[in-house]
Amino acid sequence: MEIFTEYRGQIFEAFWTTIQLTVYSAVGALILGTVLAAMRMSPVPTLNWLGTTYVNVVRNTPLTLIILFCSFGLSQTLGITLVDAKSTTSIEDSNFRLAVLGLTVYTASFVCETIRSGVNTVPLGQAEAARSLGLTFGQNLRMILLPQAFRAVVIPLGSVLIALTKNTTIASAIGVAEAALLMKGMIENTAALISVGTIFASGFIILTLPVGLLFGWLGKRLAVAR
Amino acid sequence: MSGASVLFDAPGPRARVRNRLITVITIALALAAAWVIYSRLESKGQLTAAKWEPFVTGNLWKTYILPGVQGTLTAAAVSIVLALVLGFVLGVGRLSHHNGVRWTCSVIVEFFRAVPVLIMMIFAYFLFANYDVFPSKHLALAGVITGLTLYNGAVIAEIVRAGVNALPRGQAEAAEALGLRWGQTMRSILLPQAVTSMLPVLVSQMVVVLKDTAIGYQITFLEMVRQGTQVGSAYGNYVPALIVIALLMITVNFTLSYFATWLEGRMRRSSKGPEPMHIAPVTQGVFGAGAGGTI
Repeated sequence: MEIFTEYRGQIFEAFWTTIQLTVYSAVGALILGTVLAAMRMSPVPTLNWLGTTYVNVVRNTPLTLIILFCSFGLSQTLGITLVDAKSTTSIEDSNFRLAVLGLTVYTASFVCETIRSGVNTVPLGQAEAARSLGLTFGQNLRMILLPQAFRAVVIPLGSVLIALTKNTTIASAIGVAEAALLMKGMIENTAALISVGTIFASGFIILTLPVGLLFGWLGKRLAVAR
Repeated sequence: MSGASVLFDAPGPRARVRNRLITVITIALALAAAWVIYSRLESKGQLTAAKWEPFVTGNLWKTYILPGVQGTLTAAAVSIVLALVLGFVLGVGRLSHHNGVRWTCSVIVEFFRAVPVLIMMIFAYFLFANYDVFPSKHLALAGVITGLTLYNGAVIAEIVRAGVNALPRGQAEAAEALGLRWGQTMRSILLPQAVTSMLPVLVSQMVVVLKDTAIGYQITFLEMVRQGTQVGSAYGNYVPALIVIALLMITVNFTLSYFATWLEGRMRRSSKGPEPMHIAPVTQGVFGAGAGGTI
């Protein structure tokens, strides 16, 4: 408990970074994932192929490798840093943004697959009725399929969000000052292994449990009555 | 609803022209992106033969990549076996009629599903180091195996529970009517059928285990991604090294995923045996949402 009091400021700061990583990546992954899902369902074979390839490549690559590639490959080798090099916090900002990029790219493939499974829950007649009314593929997707699909996949999307929250710990591989990095530092400095472990495990339970409950409740509320 | 064809009409003349136009634009954009990447790599000298040549020498594979492959495979193989054991114990425990057993197993499962694998690995690593549980050579391996076993054990417990719950009620009722005890029913009636229906999901869970061995990078475990970065720093070719490692990983994982999907399709078509569980991208927990499955 004394350890918690001593490190309180740092712990809250680290978990705040974890939350920021989660929120930014979640928004990015939701947008990219929806676009990918639309591509994989579209009538154009090239888009189809592109979406499928993306999902198969990214889903089968370890997240650690993707995030390290963002740092070693994009930033250090190719000089793509996503920040203004003159800013005083450019290194921290760069690592944070590269981590968000890596997490977004990785999570988008799971969001895409989740949304596609949601579209599969929409009855055949809905899409057929939409077509018989003369709606184009884009209109069909926008007005008929996706609204129902999203309501069907609220709970699985919640699971993706929880997995993303836990995956942000991997950003510590490129030195983003989030929970796992602080945990390592605290264990090395305090040697109070059990207390530190308890603090960080509880932190993640506090972050993920309400999200699970909220999405479970939302999922039941928003489910399409059929 | 399945198959994309119900989503749109067969293209008429105008739609064909439009689709062709979109195709051309997509290809043009893809080529432009490829060109940007190519010129970027070229200008940084990442495409010169010197950066790629080491990968055709046996030395690089022997010193760096093969030990990494060995580390990854060892950790994954041991973890999946231990996780199966733990998963079956916890999964059956959650189905128990004893409230105490059921609650204990539920709390354990929910705990290990909510805590990130990396946090568990770091904890196990330092725990083993503090109390000298393993020789220092095997510390990182033990940490990785512990983290992966606890997390995947919890996920497999949920899969086992879902598999048993998905069986027709009549199976357990008939066993009870024949006078079998709960343990006998579980062992000789329910679990054998559940295991069969779980097979595809278990195969796809192996992909998660293989990918997650890379998290061991952070506790200095000698696995493929770490070895890739070692190659990168030794030969100054991070981009080619990470691409080669990614290709190896993707090949193995894609084959496994493909096999899991094929198995599910085959079992669904077959008239023998129980219906297979569907391989969802993520599985649900008792609290509605919960992380797990193939992410």
